[in-house]
Amino acid sequence: MQEPATELARFGYWMYHDWLTPIIVAITLFVLALLVYIVVRFRAGANPEPSKTSHNTLLEVVWTVAPVLILVAIAVPSFRLLYAEYSPPKTDLTIKVTGHQWYWSYEYPDQDGIAFDSIMLTDEEAAKEQLPRLLGVDNRIVVPTGKTVKLLITSADVLHSFAIPAFFLKMDAVPGRVNESWFNVEKPGIYYGQCSELCGIRHGFMPIMIEAMEPAKFDAWVAEAKTKFAAVPPANQYAQADVAGDVIVRQ
Amino acid sequence: MAHASAHAHDDHAHDHPTGWRRWLLSTNHKDIGTLYLIFSIIAGIVGGAMSGLMREELMQPGMQVLTAFSSASDPAAAIDQSYHLWNVLISAHGLIMVFFMVMPAVIGGFGNWFVPIMVGAPDMAFPRMNNISFWLMPPALILLVCSMFVEGPAGQLGFGGGWTVYPPLSTAGHPGPATDYGILALHIAGASSILGAINFITTILNMRAPGMTLHKMPLFVWSVLVTAFLLLLSLPVLAGAITMLLTDRNFGTTFFDPAGGGDPILYQHLFWFFGHPEVYIMILPAFGIISHIVSTFSKKPVFGYLGMAYAMVAIGFVGFVVWAHHMYTAGLDVDTKAYFTAATMIIAVPTGVKIFSWIATMWGGSITFNTPMLWAIGFIFLFTVGGVTGVVLSNAGVDVALHDTYYVVAHFHYVLSLGAVFAIFAGWYYWIGKMSGRQYNEFLGKLHFWVMFIGVNLIFFPQHFLGLNGMPRRIPDYPDAFEYWNMVSSWGYRITIIGVAIFFVNVIYTLLAGKKAGDNPWGEGANTLEWTLSSPPPFHQFETLPKIK
Repeated sequence: MQEPATELARFGYWMYHDWLTPIIVAITLFVLALLVYIVVRFRAGANPEPSKTSHNTLLEVVWTVAPVLILVAIAVPSFRLLYAEYSPPKTDLTIKVTGHQWYWSYEYPDQDGIAFDSIMLTDEEAAKEQLPRLLGVDNRIVVPTGKTVKLLITSADVLHSFAIPAFFLKMDAVPGRVNESWFNVEKPGIYYGQCSELCGIRHGFMPIMIEAMEPAKFDAWVAEAKTKFAAVPPANQYAQADVAGDVIVRQ
Repeated sequence: MAHASAHAHDDHAHDHPTGWRRWLLSTNHKDIGTLYLIFSIIAGIVGGAMSGLMREELMQPGMQVLTAFSSASDPAAAIDQSYHLWNVLISAHGLIMVFFMVMPAVIGGFGNWFVPIMVGAPDMAFPRMNNISFWLMPPALILLVCSMFVEGPAGQLGFGGGWTVYPPLSTAGHPGPATDYGILALHIAGASSILGAINFITTILNMRAPGMTLHKMPLFVWSVLVTAFLLLLSLPVLAGAITMLLTDRNFGTTFFDPAGGGDPILYQHLFWFFGHPEVYIMILPAFGIISHIVSTFSKKPVFGYLGMAYAMVAIGFVGFVVWAHHMYTAGLDVDTKAYFTAATMIIAVPTGVKIFSWIATMWGGSITFNTPMLWAIGFIFLFTVGGVTGVVLSNAGVDVALHDTYYVVAHFHYVLSLGAVFAIFAGWYYWIGKMSGRQYNEFLGKLHFWVMFIGVNLIFFPQHFLGLNGMPRRIPDYPDAFEYWNMVSSWGYRITIIGVAIFFVNVIYTLLAGKKAGDNPWGEGANTLEWTLSSPPPFHQFETLPKIK
């Protein structure tokens, strides 16, 4: 798993790595050990006379109850994790995320409505900017560290899914609905994700790129972004990502 | 379990058509079973070739393979064509493997062949309906293949919306008729399966030989009975959902279109209400096959027979109330997700009962490791691996990181590609002597197992790592960080294809030069009714019903 970048993701990471993995590896090895023992001990050469045992009530009760107990042991932290995902602290910043075929657009409604589209860089552009291929975008989402960011996620056309593995965050973008999610990044840095619901031809090519920075730097970015993106009249916000090319038409 | 006092009879009293009439007009459950098996092999070749294209494309980052199929001269348009071809391949691969390979093999093929024999019946309850059940399948497959060659999205050929056919991508996203072809293919295949399910339920409930109570029925028959009920209850829901898609697409309804008051999530609920039972439809008959093989080669009766039968009933029942675990990221309410987490986990309990009962069946046995037994033991281990990753995914809180990643791809291929398919090969080697009268080559069978065991594990185990690191499903090209395990996975496919080639060599060898199988090649452990008949069985068996002690 990717290194967790939020407190919630750390919980999820713990749940997967330190709780579920040991349990499932132990179960699998237990079954494997039984099979190996059987293959060696009860092969026809070693055990020419088969037993006729076909019932053992105690054994059957044990292998019904033991899995139940294991599942309970899994379920307790699992429900805590699930409810933690749905218990956001007070929101500091709201970002609206809209999925399009095949790019994301972002709005900061409380920052004078900063709004921009985020389109994947071509391989050449990514190489030039030294960003990873298929993950780098022209306009990244910028968020402050240590602040709770609420995402309002929707779609303008088909289903998409907004995902950032390092935040343990994935939420479908559904036309006609606004889904809510949130995160609180601890450290400055760049985090990536990819669209995670099949959305057509370029489903694999609408990455998500988030830069988290200190709140002071973020404020500076907001001021800069207000002018940078103000040039684009709201009516023409949505880029015309033409089906064929990488040319982005912006009026 | 069932001991028969009957033996084979002649079939002089009945019409015995030959030539094309024997197959096209067939009402004989064994001939129809054979047709299903041949059909399944053909579909498996088509679906398997598609996975080959996909794995070759994913071997390295960038687009190398699918671009060869692009016709556009403009490079940007050509690359989009190859992206779309990718989507068409994943969609068709899924649909073909589910509806036209696994289901026809385990239900249509082995089910038709052995359910009537195992319950001591001369044939299926509705032989002519059995004929139409099979003959609906080829047109359905042809429609599905045709859909790849008509327009889907503007300017592109074929339907590329995944086997789940989610709207709005399958409606507004695909204005061309490719989706309609696909929907009609599913309608026809669904009708075929519903008719088959009615036939199996009627046969099993009404045509058991005297003395064969439900609690004496072989487990394969139990598994097909439960499967048939799942089919009967779930397929109409799919039919309804895709009919609504069809009218949304063609007649201006807006069931799934928010602009008209509809909701795309409604489709997901309907689809998965079918789709989740569907995965048990594929695996339950496999459970039945494995139970027979494990018992036969351990020379012991199945351990905990009633627990095994009712575990399948429980899995079938609970399988209907867990569907929304496929929709954890769709924006469901948190309490809904908590319920579906709990319900999904519960399935692990009857599944565990089955795994441990198989192990207990072998325990104390005198086991011979013929090819079918190798596949069965392989199944038990690999299904366990797929099962425990299923427990991981059942946790809605953890699933959020793994949903729609390669972890899910690895999980469901472990239970289906390494589970159901291993059971199909196990059943093939177990019964081919009975079906054809000629026994397979043991060396080739074992070689096939080991090559394929290594190959499929190389394909799918690394996909867990890809998923954990965040690689989404259904993408034709990936960030460079995912290269290593994709390369390993693709090499696994190349090894697997060698295994499949060995299988076909063995099939040809068996049919042309295989040793005569004899009535019961497996000895005392094989005690279901099919082993009391000649190999191959007479055209009509049990004209005098066997009496079950």
